[in-house]
Amino acid sequence: MTKTPLQFRHNGRDVALFVDGGVNLLVALRELIGDMTPKFGCGQGGCGACSVLIDGELHLSCLTLAETVNGRSVETLDGLKEGPNLHPLQRAFMEQFAAQCGYCTPGMLMAAKALLDRNPSPTRAEVVEAISGNICRCTGYEPIINAILAAASGGRARA
Amino acid sequence: MLELRKDIFADERDDNLKEIGKGTQRQDMLGHVTGTSTYFDDHKLQGMLHLKVLRSPHAHARLRRIDTMEAERSPGVRRIIRGADVPRNLNTLLSLINFGKDDEPSLAVDKVRYKGEPIVAIVADSPREAFEAMAKVRVDYEPLPAVFDVEEAIKPGAPVVNEVYPKNTFIYHDVYDHQKLRFGDVERGFAEADHVLEQRYQMSPIEHAPTETNGSIAAPDTNGRYVVYTSTQALFFSLDTCAKILDVPSNTFHFIGGTVGGGFGGKVDTLTEPLAILGAMLTGRPVRYQLGREEEMQFGSPRGAERIYIKDGVMRDGRIVARKIRAYFDSGAYTRLSSYAVVKCVAHLPGPYTIPNVHGDVYCVFTNRTPATAMRGFGVTAMDFALECQMDKLAHLVGIDPMEFRILNAYRDGDMKAHRREAKNTALIECVQVAAEKAKWPLREEMKRMSSRKDGGGSRAAIPATPLEAVAQRAAVSQQRTTYDRAQPATIQQPPPLTPTPPPPRPPAPSPSHGATRFSSVFGTRRR
Ligand code: FES
Ligand code: FES
Repeated sequence: MTKTPLQFRHNGRDVALFVDGGVNLLVALRELIGDMTPKFGCGQGGCGACSVLIDGELHLSCLTLAETVNGRSVETLDGLKEGPNLHPLQRAFMEQFAAQCGYCTPGMLMAAKALLDRNPSPTRAEVVEAISGNICRCTGYEPIINAILAAASGGRARA
Repeated sequence: MLELRKDIFADERDDNLKEIGKGTQRQDMLGHVTGTSTYFDDHKLQGMLHLKVLRSPHAHARLRRIDTMEAERSPGVRRIIRGADVPRNLNTLLSLINFGKDDEPSLAVDKVRYKGEPIVAIVADSPREAFEAMAKVRVDYEPLPAVFDVEEAIKPGAPVVNEVYPKNTFIYHDVYDHQKLRFGDVERGFAEADHVLEQRYQMSPIEHAPTETNGSIAAPDTNGRYVVYTSTQALFFSLDTCAKILDVPSNTFHFIGGTVGGGFGGKVDTLTEPLAILGAMLTGRPVRYQLGREEEMQFGSPRGAERIYIKDGVMRDGRIVARKIRAYFDSGAYTRLSSYAVVKCVAHLPGPYTIPNVHGDVYCVFTNRTPATAMRGFGVTAMDFALECQMDKLAHLVGIDPMEFRILNAYRDGDMKAHRREAKNTALIECVQVAAEKAKWPLREEMKRMSSRKDGGGSRAAIPATPLEAVAQRAAVSQQRTTYDRAQPATIQQPPPLTPTPPPPRPPAPSPSHGATRFSSVFGTRRR
């Protein structure tokens, strides 16, 4: 099968690879680049476990053809830490018990980051809206919402 | 804030529980928030192959011919696995504890018994090539009549789902087609009761829908063993099941798991490991078998459906004097764990109440539906749903507040339970009292003073005379019978002329917190 060359920024670093036609970004990230933070939950756009940011915007990597990110910037949970330090969202998720099995967590954190990047002090309703495409089957949404709100107000306090 | 009521649970544990009431960080949390927790699918092994399974599109069909010739020549295919390649192609999960007969093949051979049943496994270089080859497998099906309803399935002449159990019921102790519970004489209880209420309840199957689907990766190890990364909830159970199906000693396998992307009972069935390991054995390569979401729903077992009939005799003063239960667990096409769910259910009857006459018949029935399995309290959950609905209806019938009605009938320390064990450390009364208090639900003073520690035992500890088979007895003419039971002969009379005590004032609307009140049966519409 002919392969297509593909080059993009992955968490701030340039990567280049060859992909089969039809391969989605989730598979490219996990199997070709080895970034296991985005998760497969459905492959159909139903669960949000595969959420990543493309040029700062939230996308489902399972529904994104790998070829379409050529020349763009892709962020995953693997790039969220700031050096050795946890991102405020990660700290808040830990403190608020916002994960149980942890499988939805990478997607949740990316959805939350997309929100806080464009709206540093969201209302509760805005948080709910922001994670409405992400399914969590274990934790319950309340601790997750609280964690995102806590991270947001923490950010405000620092600013 | 959690609190351990030492007045009730004095002997439960010693007192140095310093952790209760304060937060403790989970040891796996850092991995979760950094995305470094390693689930089975996060292992990528050199030269890994991918396994996909051809599944039955029919609920019940004979397999006349399976032709894999063309599929075998499809690009990227390394191996096609058929039923004959599985060393012991018949298993039942609980055979590990000698419970039940082997009834389920890893790959169907002569018949398929539910939609989604595995027929052929294809191991290929990529998932895509496996799917392309799958489209080239030709299966000649002869569709058979199917049965989807538990009560239809046990009628004479119903299609036989699983030839291992020709009557479509699991067989207990090699003899009985269901589990029985007999305690006292329900028929006498019904004859004496002021009201008799019969109801039918139906629970649907429930999909666990874990965010991570079932799956595993098996790889040959250097020492002749196989390492298996798996999503299983039951690591050693799965390991032993694989050893049995693949007919090798269990030390052939090194299972690695424990980080599970949600399970809830849906990851105890060893759904993927046997074929993944067999693929690795036959190709000498690592093999990955991960269910897609559709497979998870169609082939991964749900909580089973249950149909429950409850008939209760109750006195005007609120005492339940007889409870008769007939229930059918829909096991789907194979046993998996439903046989055990039935045993658990029968041990739970008649719920946390002291009732002098109890009669239970619970069946594990085979139908052409996806096999059912464990899910959070299975065997008890659906029965409790039915019992508590019934309790609300009974309370309404005799005009007693539903909370007080439960306190009145609750078991207490020293009472005899229907399966002939003394009740100990009971706390239902206290639970209801606390629930009422938190919900600002008014209870009368005497109800607030009741206790699980008081007034139990004595005559309530007796094991009543229990006839082998209870015989229906003539009821007093004044008795009110109420039934909404669709499947029963129409004996519906005028609803009893009740004057229920006026319900207590509705509690103030709670602040709209997350769904907490939405599903409360106590605040349900019937109270209005
Ligand atoms: S895996 Fe992409 S939305 Fe579920
Ligand atoms: S923590 Fe398990 S799905 Fe969210």
